[in-house]
Amino acid sequence: MWKTIKRWYHQLGSPVYFYRFSSAVLPWLLPISLVVLAVGLAWGLAWAPVERYQGDSYRIIYIHVPASSGALMGYIAMGVAGLVALVWRMKMAEVMLKALAPFGAVLAAVSLVTGALWGKPTWGTYWQWDARMTSMLILLFLYLGIIALQSAIRDPRQAARAASLLAMVGVINVVIVKYSVEWLQTLHQGSTLKVIGESSIDDAMKWPLLISMLGLWLLYAANVLMRARTEVLNRERRAGWVRKLVNRP
Amino acid sequence: MSGVWWAALRRELTLIWRAPADMAQPLFFFVVVVSLFPLGLSPKPELLALVAPGAVWVAALLAVMLSLDGLFRRDQESGALDQMLTAPVLSVVPVSAKLLAHWLLTGLPLALMAPLLGYMMQLPVAVLGTLMVSVLLGTPTLTVVGAIGAALTVGLNRGGILLAVLVLPLYIPVLVFGAGVVRTAQDGLPTDGLLAVLGAILALALSLGPLAVALGLRISAGD
Repeated sequence: MWKTIKRWYHQLGSPVYFYRFSSAVLPWLLPISLVVLAVGLAWGLAWAPVERYQGDSYRIIYIHVPASSGALMGYIAMGVAGLVALVWRMKMAEVMLKALAPFGAVLAAVSLVTGALWGKPTWGTYWQWDARMTSMLILLFLYLGIIALQSAIRDPRQAARAASLLAMVGVINVVIVKYSVEWLQTLHQGSTLKVIGESSIDDAMKWPLLISMLGLWLLYAANVLMRARTEVLNRERRAGWVRKLVNRP
Repeated sequence: MSGVWWAALRRELTLIWRAPADMAQPLFFFVVVVSLFPLGLSPKPELLALVAPGAVWVAALLAVMLSLDGLFRRDQESGALDQMLTAPVLSVVPVSAKLLAHWLLTGLPLALMAPLLGYMMQLPVAVLGTLMVSVLLGTPTLTVVGAIGAALTVGLNRGGILLAVLVLPLYIPVLVFGAGVVRTAQDGLPTDGLLAVLGAILALALSLGPLAVALGLRISAGD
């Protein structure tokens, strides 16, 4: 088991192998993600039962929760990629870090917008400085910071390493921000979906939510692979295999 | 090792001491920004006392951040930074001396000035001590965390705005707890817990921060 993981790690660390691997995976991953997302959203938006107190307005949960979780997971993944890039100087981790940022930033923005739209009918306001909303706003700032830093440094390797350090500091920051705003009066409902223990959400609402989440995560993964492929080609443009690929000897 | 550290500290202090105007600027900025609030809002004492903790803290935050932009730039232009990174000592040693010198001549004066500004913002006298302690505990964290951003942007010619974009989100926990401590004191509640949290964040920043700054400088130097 451990040996297999190690071999995968080393193989995917090679740009050539990654390019071939992603060429094989992507034609499947992208359509599958779109289908899963469409199924989850359609089920959630049209067929899931109406909520007792919030009526139909709760249905935005099927966009809001997947987007929020995707944004958070994406940033944590950037922190991990940053650690790998700085400690083991692995080129593909640098590429991944860069590829993770744009879609994650979009998801954070989607989470904020859908949260605001959901807040109006249920809390009576579009915006409150509530703990989770504030944390998500900061997360968006951190994403934008990473993108800004990367675009300011011309050398791609140096840009990626700088972003790696910033992402790691950012992950620590996200944790502290979460606790720092928690002592403010919090308006947000607690999590209804739990990995461990009984979820307080009904099965008829839970399954479409889980499917939408899975679909969005797969779409995120497909987006990351596509961006990483472009970045790999750009970085390795002088390498023999890329020249062969584009038929220019 | 400690000889190098002391020499680096002396160098920094001497450099800053010989350009006293640079040292005065963050402090002057701090005073000016805080005095904009009564002019912009309204001189009503109750209103000012309400916004005072946040106003003083935001001004302190910006003062430290702006002062950090030049922290490594001059050394980089003169080549001293490269010497520092290639010297046969861990680069954390001179870097931590540099950070301490920066705090002594920026953060410490801000903390000493904070009670006066708090008083001008109509904070009750009993709260001013808490304000000073909170700024005293918070500014070293601001220096260290901001220096990570300064290290990463040292080679870029449009560093200023980028530094703000990178560093200000990282300053938010210090702002929340720093201003929160003062507000808690205003309400007459015990502040030990929140001060302890500020201290904990400081401990984290002091233990890992200088390493991150040194690494950031290495990255910027193209390592």
